[in-house]
Amino acid sequence: MSPQQTPPRRPEREVELAETAAIGDVERPLTLYERITNSDAVQRLTILVALIVVWELYARWLNNSLLFPTFSETIRTFGKNIANGVLIDRTFTSLRTLAIGYALGLAFAAAFTTLAVASGVGTRILSTLTAMFNPLPAIALLPLALIWFGLGTPSLVFVIIHSVLWAVALNTLSGFRSVPETLRMSGRNVGLTGARYVGLILIPAAFPSILAGLKIGWAFAWRTLVAAELVFGVSARSGGIGWYIFEARNDLDTATVFSGLLTVILIGLVVESVIFRAIEARTVNLWGMQR
Amino acid sequence: MTPALLDAKGVTLQYKTPRHLVTATYRVDFSVHQGDRYVILGPSGCGKSTLLKAVGGFMPPTEGSIRIHEREIRSPGPDRMMVFQEFEQLMPWKTAYQNVIFPMKVTRKFARGEAAERADAAIAKVGLTEFRDIYPHMLSGGMKMRVAIARAMALEPDILLMDEPFAALDALTRRTMQQELLSLWDQLRFTVLFVTHSIEEAIIVGSRILVLSPHPGRVRAELDAGNLDHNSIGTPEFGALSKRIHALLFDKAHHAPGARA
Repeated sequence: MSPQQTPPRRPEREVELAETAAIGDVERPLTLYERITNSDAVQRLTILVALIVVWELYARWLNNSLLFPTFSETIRTFGKNIANGVLIDRTFTSLRTLAIGYALGLAFAAAFTTLAVASGVGTRILSTLTAMFNPLPAIALLPLALIWFGLGTPSLVFVIIHSVLWAVALNTLSGFRSVPETLRMSGRNVGLTGARYVGLILIPAAFPSILAGLKIGWAFAWRTLVAAELVFGVSARSGGIGWYIFEARNDLDTATVFSGLLTVILIGLVVESVIFRAIEARTVNLWGMQR
Repeated sequence: MTPALLDAKGVTLQYKTPRHLVTATYRVDFSVHQGDRYVILGPSGCGKSTLLKAVGGFMPPTEGSIRIHEREIRSPGPDRMMVFQEFEQLMPWKTAYQNVIFPMKVTRKFARGEAAERADAAIAKVGLTEFRDIYPHMLSGGMKMRVAIARAMALEPDILLMDEPFAALDALTRRTMQQELLSLWDQLRFTVLFVTHSIEEAIIVGSRILVLSPHPGRVRAELDAGNLDHNSIGTPEFGALSKRIHALLFDKAHHAPGARA
């Protein structure tokens, strides 16, 4: 075995700090090309264009507009129905019903979760109700809704409330539960109680979960509405977008069916990537609660 | 002698875990006077943080009483502002400035214009004027702690409760923060109740030290340390006090047998 090595003795040193000017740019703006390729919107748009090209090529190869109309034909029908106001009218009808149902669903969810955080019994009631009703498809309640409220908007609103309420309440409650104890205590420390405590501490602190709930609730509501309109709407005088699709199918007008579906998808995209993105950028991203 | 600002008499604190009833402190007495830098010192598990929570009003004593200005403490209140060890005591959805002004807005203790002035002054005092409009996630740990201290001081509470506020900081930042706290105290002469497990920190920060024994916390001693700070580290006086506290905490011979509750 070799004798134990001791590190060599080295002289100490003290150095004047080097000038940093030689490094050059510490920060440099990205070039236009870098910024364009980095942009989320550009990347998403590229994906969309690629999908459209595949669609158009496949439909041309199939050459059967009854089964699968081309993108250009769908867009033509879409443009025509926008121009004559039918599609705008139908979409507006759907969105109005959706807005009412979504708003009421959120109001109920807010009331339920406030009761739930107020007491242990409230929490148990809400989690039992959520466990029971969250897995129940809203559309399965439609026959019941028709008996209770008849054909028309109230039935639609009822099933939308059902689809929004539980998803939002579940997410909000789990968000409230995961608020750090220290943050709760610093809220109570300044004397906050009751509704002010919920509004000023719990809701902003749980905002990432609440926002996730709002998104899920929105998707459920939109899905439920279109499906419910497909099932009825026959006697409703001004049908929504689902009814528009149903009518077109009866006429074997597949391009119109596609243009209806396109509208459903477009609205979904706009709400998700414009409205919810904007809310995220202004809240949870700004606050560093979510990347 | 003027009456004490904060008076704890025979305080026993118990809390329940799912399986046990834990006695955190047993019949603890102490009183804090106006202008004290009162340190509660003890090893982990001696119930010192629980004791501070009880003073904060987050937990009622099972026995004994805690009074502030001769009033029994029943609930949390802005007259006893707490500074916690954790960084997440700041609200991530508010900037440094909004965090500091928040308690003043909520309690309406000051008029709006005055609150804004006080918030800016408090931020300046902890040296964060440049960072006033930054959100907490962009601040370092030491800066977050400065904001928390500024927030508590701006409200001008009767007593400042600090629960190991520097424990999560690196050693260099901790030293700076201790010095800053002392120089702030020199300017403002506030009353602070400070919990720590570090003997050195207790001697530097404190003017009076309450030494608690471990599990459950009982009073072991109450000592004076008013004239010792960073500059006294290495002096015989500092060493002697440190040694004395060390002995009080760890010398088994001093423990009365059967004292456990």
